[in-house]
Amino acid sequence: MLEIKNVSTSYGHVEALRGVSMAAHPGEIVSLIGANGAGKTTLLNTISGMTPARSGQILLNGVEITRLSPEKIVNLGVCQVPERRQVFATLSVRDNLTLGAYTRMRGRGEPPIKDRKTLHLDIETIYAMFPILKQREKQLAGTLSGGEQQMLAIGRSLMGRPKVLLLDEPSLGLAPLIVRDIFEIINCLREIDTIILLVEQNARAALRVADRGYVLETGRIVMAGPAADLAADPAIQQAYLGKQGR
Amino acid sequence: MKRLLIARLGSPNLIAFLIMALGLAAAPVFIDNNYIITVLTIIALFTMLTIGLSLLMGYAGQISLGQATFFGIGAYSMAIFSTRLGLSPWLSLLAGMILAGGVAYLLGMLIFRLHGHYLAMATLGMNIILYLILTQQVDWTGGPSGFRGVPDLSIGGMTLSTDTHYYYLIWFFALITIALSLNIVNSRVGRAMRALHSSEIAAETLGIDTGRFKLQVFALSAAYSALAGGLYASFLGFISPSSFTINASIKIVLMAVVGGLSSIWGATFGAAAILVIEQWLRTAIKSLVPGASGEQEIIAFGLILMLIMIFMPEGLVTGAGKALRARIARRKPERAQPAGG
Repeated sequence: MLEIKNVSTSYGHVEALRGVSMAAHPGEIVSLIGANGAGKTTLLNTISGMTPARSGQILLNGVEITRLSPEKIVNLGVCQVPERRQVFATLSVRDNLTLGAYTRMRGRGEPPIKDRKTLHLDIETIYAMFPILKQREKQLAGTLSGGEQQMLAIGRSLMGRPKVLLLDEPSLGLAPLIVRDIFEIINCLREIDTIILLVEQNARAALRVADRGYVLETGRIVMAGPAADLAADPAIQQAYLGKQGR
Repeated sequence: MKRLLIARLGSPNLIAFLIMALGLAAAPVFIDNNYIITVLTIIALFTMLTIGLSLLMGYAGQISLGQATFFGIGAYSMAIFSTRLGLSPWLSLLAGMILAGGVAYLLGMLIFRLHGHYLAMATLGMNIILYLILTQQVDWTGGPSGFRGVPDLSIGGMTLSTDTHYYYLIWFFALITIALSLNIVNSRVGRAMRALHSSEIAAETLGIDTGRFKLQVFALSAAYSALAGGLYASFLGFISPSSFTINASIKIVLMAVVGGLSSIWGATFGAAAILVIEQWLRTAIKSLVPGASGEQEIIAFGLILMLIMIFMPEGLVTGAGKALRARIARRKPERAQPAGG
C-alpha cells in the first residue's frame, strides 16, 4: 500500500504541493486529474524522489521512502514512466527493455536477475504484451511511432517489476485512436496487481479506466472519490470534461 | 583478467582486434624506419587519450575540453615521482594514473553540476590551471623550459631504450585500453552510459545513479590519459608544459569527432587519421606549393577537417560503415527494412 501523508513540495519559493494526502492499494488504478500546473507531475516526481518532498511522509508498505534517493526508491519497486516517454532514442528496443531491469540486474530490485535466461524470459513477457515491440526489437527506439514509444516506455518500466507504477501523461501527443489503445493497455495492467498512479490531462479517459480519482488544484487535493462518482460530478464535468453546466 | 578483457567482445570486434594486434606486432619487422615507428607510437598514445574522451563524450554524453590536463598530470607524475621522490618508474606510472583519476573524481564532483557549454568552459579552465601550475612551480616541474631526464621503463631487468621497444610497450597498453573499453561499452555499464546520454531523466527513473556514472567515466578517462602521459614522458625523456595546453585538448576532441564519437574503433582511427594527415601535409604542401610554410599546412588541414565533417558528420568510422551499408542495401533492395510506422 502506498500512503502519502500531508506532503508539501516546493521549487525554490514556489509551493507546488501543499499538504497532499492520499492512498492507493495494489491492483488499483488511481487517477490524478487537474489543470496545467496543478501539481500532478510534481506529485509523481515527489513519490519517485526526483523532486524530494519538503515536508510530510510517503510510505510504501509501511516503509518510509520520503527522502531516499531516486535510485533507492527504484530499488524498492517504484517505477516511473516519465512525461513525453523519454525512451532511449539511440538504443535498440531490446536495450531499452534491458535497461528497465537495471536495478534487478544489479541484484537490488525484486526479484533479481541472475542470468541471461531470466532476462530473456522477462523480455519475452513484455513482447507477449506488446507484440509490435518484438517486431521492432532491433530498431532504434527513436525510429518508433509515438504510440510504439509509449508502449516501449511502459514495457521498460514493467521490466523493473514495479510495486508502484507511476504513469505521467501516457496519452500526451498521441493520435486519438492510439490513445484508446494505450488506455486499453493501462486497463490490462490491473492484472499484474500493482499500484498504478495515472496522471492525465485527458480526464475523461483517465476517469473511465481508473477505480478512484483525486482532483488537484494549485497543489491541493480538492476532491476525491470513486472514479465513476467524480465523472458524474457536475463541477468536474464543467471544469475538466468540457460539458456545459446548466 | 582474461575474462574481463575478452568475455564480452563480440566476434567482429574480436576479429578486428586480433588482426590489429597481429598487424602491429609484425609492423616493425617490415618497417625499417624510425620515423614511421615513432609516428605509430604517437598514434598509440593519442589512441588512449581519444578513447578516454570518446567514453566520456560519445557514451556518457559529457563534454571535456581539458583532457590534456590528465595527460599532463600523468607525464609530470612520471617525471617527478621517479626522480624527485625516488619511486620506481612503473610505480610512478601507476601513481600518475591514480592521481589523475582522483583529481578527475574530485573536480567532477564540482563541475558535473554544469551542463553543455558551461561544462566545456569549466574543463577548459581546468586545463589552464594545470598549465599555470606547470609553468610556475619551477622547482618541481622545471617551469616553461621543461623537465629533462625522465627515466626509461624496464621490464625484467631489460631497460627499454630504443624506439621499437617503446613502440611495443605503448601499443601493448593501447591495445589493453581498446579491449577494456570495448568490453565496458558492451556491458551493463555501457548500456547505462548510453542511456544517460540519451535521456538523463529516464535513466534516473530506472534507478541509474547518473551522477556517480559521470564521475566514474570521467575518472576512467583521466586514468587512460595519465597512462598515455606517463608513457609519453618516459618515451621522450623530456617533457614541457607546451605539450599539455588547451591545443592538445582540442586535438584530442578533433580526433574523437573525426573518428566518430561513440565508437571505440572510431577513436582509434580518428587518432591515426589526424596524425597521418598532419605528417603527410608537412611534405605534400611543400611539393605542391614551393616555399610553403606552416601556415599553408594549417589551412589545408582545416579544409580537410571541414570536408570530413560536411560529408561524414558522424565521423569516419560510423560514416564509412553507413555508406557501406547503404550501398549493400541499394544492391539488394528486397532486403531493405520497411520504415517504422
